[in-house]
Amino acid sequence: MNQTDMYEGMLAETVTMHGASGDVINAYFARPLGPGPFPGVVLIHHLPGWDEWYREATRRFAHHGYSALSPNLYFRDGHGSPEDVAAKVRAAGGVPDDQVVGDVGGAMRYLRSLPYINGKVGVFGTCSGGRHAYLTACRAKGFDAAVDCWGGRVVMSSEELTPKQPVAPIDYTRDLSCPLLGLFGEEDKGPTPEQVTRHEEELMKYSKTYEFHMYPNAGHGFFYYDRPAYRQQQAVDGWYKVFAFLEKHLG
Amino acid sequence: MCTMIARQVEVEGRGKGAGGWFTVRQANVSYDHPFSLPLEHALNIDFVNEAQGPGARVAVELTVESARTLVETIQAVLTRAEAGGYLEEDRAHA
Repeated sequence: MNQTDMYEGMLAETVTMHGASGDVINAYFARPLGPGPFPGVVLIHHLPGWDEWYREATRRFAHHGYSALSPNLYFRDGHGSPEDVAAKVRAAGGVPDDQVVGDVGGAMRYLRSLPYINGKVGVFGTCSGGRHAYLTACRAKGFDAAVDCWGGRVVMSSEELTPKQPVAPIDYTRDLSCPLLGLFGEEDKGPTPEQVTRHEEELMKYSKTYEFHMYPNAGHGFFYYDRPAYRQQQAVDGWYKVFAFLEKHLG
Repeated sequence: MCTMIARQVEVEGRGKGAGGWFTVRQANVSYDHPFSLPLEHALNIDFVNEAQGPGARVAVELTVESARTLVETIQAVLTRAEAGGYLEEDRAHA
């Protein structure tokens, strides 16, 4: 926790990194100034894109003492305003799961290569990014903690599977390699409380370390202060739980 | 949630985007998160020209009721125009 008489500084900038298949993509990077050591966090942006909210969230993690990196998962889909690019990806049914796992794994390796990392790296995501955070924590080794905020389509019916999303993330639960925090809203239509319960049963089946919190009077995206889904009390408590969880596992 | 419910259809026309008028080649129709409409999901239509990049886009985000009304209205207008012999395709084939 910062004190009023402490020096505080931050570096935030766009960088390039190697993602899936060795592709060079860009990413937004924010870290506290100083020699560290700092834990690392990869932030996986949501379906609405690599947008201002994710830049703010990346800086928020840096403010809390993390080296935070948010890769542009839509880099290969062209450049323009975040909305225009995200609309293109939305129309195409999202980005392939394998590509996301490769990009996020690349972001983790980027952080681990830095001289001021404390050796611990977590992954955080909301919405589709929450799903991707869980998926990557199962499929890419090297993460020490994962935060899934209302990630839908972790539980998927066979009819929902697509060439880009050929396997439901819940089916990788056996391979989850780090502690998991999940934040959900009771009024969410995806994931529904029933789907979250199903996910929890799978985590228990494989004796995974996790904590799930289901917030009443909240739906999908209750952290987003610029959307009607925002719920002030739940968001404040949710952010508290995110940082407490990461401090415990990455600190 | 992200529904991933989306379809693309080839269209012919012109649209006015942030950079002015451009030739529209595709319409992307989705029922998923809107960017601006204050709902979790909306019927989104993006008139685009993929060859000109992501910025060649005219976007609308509609409520379900509005989208259904729009579909009915387009059909009604075309029906009336057809009845009057105004359709360009009719003239082209006349």
